[in-house]
Amino acid sequence: MSDIEKNSQDINLGAPKKSMISVRVRRLIAYAVLIILTILCLIWFYILFINATRSNGDLSRGFRAYPSTKLFTNLNNLFHGTLPVARGMLNSLIIAALSAILTTYFSTMTAYAIHAYRFKGRKALFVFILAVMMVPTQVSALGFQQMCYNMGLENSYIPLILPSIAAPVVFFYMKQYMDSNLPKELLEAARMDGAGELKIFNIVVVPMMKPAIAVQAIFAFVGSWNNYFMPSLLLHKDEMKTLPILIAQLRAADWLKFDMGQVYAMVAFSIFPVIIVYLLLSRYIVGGVTAGSVKG
Amino acid sequence: MSKKVGHAQRINRWGYIFLIPFLLTFVIFQLIPLISTIYNSFFENYMSGLTHIGPTFIGLENFKKLLSGRELLQYTGNTMIMWVLGFVPQILISLLLAAWFTDPSLRLKGQRFFKTVIYLPNLIMASAFAMLFFTLFADSGPINSILMNIGLISKQYQFMSHAGSVRGLVALMNFLMWFGNTTILLMAGMMGIDTSLFEAAEVDGATATQIFWKITLPLLKPIFIYVLITSLIGGLQMFDVPQILTNGTGDPMRSSMTLIMWLNKYLFNRNYGMAGALSVLLLIITGILSLIVFKATASKDVD
Repeated sequence: MSDIEKNSQDINLGAPKKSMISVRVRRLIAYAVLIILTILCLIWFYILFINATRSNGDLSRGFRAYPSTKLFTNLNNLFHGTLPVARGMLNSLIIAALSAILTTYFSTMTAYAIHAYRFKGRKALFVFILAVMMVPTQVSALGFQQMCYNMGLENSYIPLILPSIAAPVVFFYMKQYMDSNLPKELLEAARMDGAGELKIFNIVVVPMMKPAIAVQAIFAFVGSWNNYFMPSLLLHKDEMKTLPILIAQLRAADWLKFDMGQVYAMVAFSIFPVIIVYLLLSRYIVGGVTAGSVKG
Repeated sequence: MSKKVGHAQRINRWGYIFLIPFLLTFVIFQLIPLISTIYNSFFENYMSGLTHIGPTFIGLENFKKLLSGRELLQYTGNTMIMWVLGFVPQILISLLLAAWFTDPSLRLKGQRFFKTVIYLPNLIMASAFAMLFFTLFADSGPINSILMNIGLISKQYQFMSHAGSVRGLVALMNFLMWFGNTTILLMAGMMGIDTSLFEAAEVDGATATQIFWKITLPLLKPIFIYVLITSLIGGLQMFDVPQILTNGTGDPMRSSMTLIMWLNKYLFNRNYGMAGALSVLLLIITGILSLIVFKATASKDVD
């Protein structure tokens, strides 16, 4: 305690000049660190881009900092190669899009049930959903895989899409959003007009939840798009595989025999669409990270 | 009066109806698989070559085997070492950035740009990111080429053949993927602190450093616990990055084999007994950790 008093007195004596300099120095350090981190975040993707534009022979002669002209040759070779990448992207797209739709719609519905109605066991259910929020899917993967095999759902998208209906994390976000953005008076007004409960949900509640739904749809889409563990346990037919499984296959192949230009093109093909979409939507994504995850 | 109550009850019944999709999905796709996983852990059930052994009830034998083998210790150690290597720089850098971004006296420009950039790696497909690092750090890959060109090393460094460098690469990728996310979480926490506390401290003559250590940090404790434990739970699930980087082998000498990679191996080899026992162990550990998060953050949420 006495230390603080001593220090603060020292600083008060030479206040204006000293603090101006220190702010300027601290700002300079901050910018330097931020620029280093920016480079550290982006350099991998820069090298990826450069190398995806170069031919195999060119690549074997070592690294160069500027792009070449072989991007479309590499992509063309990739599409006509042994890996079904175009089909893989389509598969990933279908699974991710349907998961995103289901998870946002039904999580909103679940949150609405807890938010708008008073019934027995409501609090207990809420606590229960929060309690299972952190349990990772991997710990039940064994039972999940066996069940899918027994039900003939190996090589099916159903077990990769339907479970997203029950997503405690999305539920929690929606519930938080409703607490501050969905006045109960509005629901009462809709009821006065004689609307049914399901209709109120679809016509009044869902449109009001649009900002939250958009944010969570993006996260759910990306999460499903990037998912490797569960799909790799279930999808074994070539034409059903998603992009992460194909990446793993590329890694498992005797890769030195490959055309490295094609390898880079494949990685670029999996990464750059997400980067482009992210840059277009980054405002919502970065803002949406916090809103539901932590309170206070 | 009684008519009105009856009406309200009828409306509130919709709460149950709206919960049906969630509960049904939860029971079918999470609860039943979880129970069947636990059930499996008490049975001997695996493939030996082409012959199927079991299922035979053997009580806690799988757990005994799991806890007495040295793999559990080794793979838990690997997972924790790689998590710590990534988490320590992550929390330090995130704290620094969050403090800078929220410091009004610094008035940093281009905040939106920097936040967008540092969050970007979080959305990259982890398996593709790992594949990218594998090609970049290959013996004849671009990183070796660059390091040799600038004269830092005289011959190729075999990143994939040394335990230290493989673990380091996994940690680096985890750091890159998560420090932006943590920065944004910590920032939200810092901006939630009552600014009158800072003003009062400034009036009393406290320096920026003192304010940070004596006011900001103690008030951030709940968020710290949240970040620490969720990161630890995420760390225990570490799979995609080391799996793709090492092609599932966890080499060299299985020094980067994580717990979930081990589980994945059991699942692929159809050793359901051991996979079940390992899952139950992971469930217990994450359950305890979740309870801590739950106590720290969500306890006051039920209205």
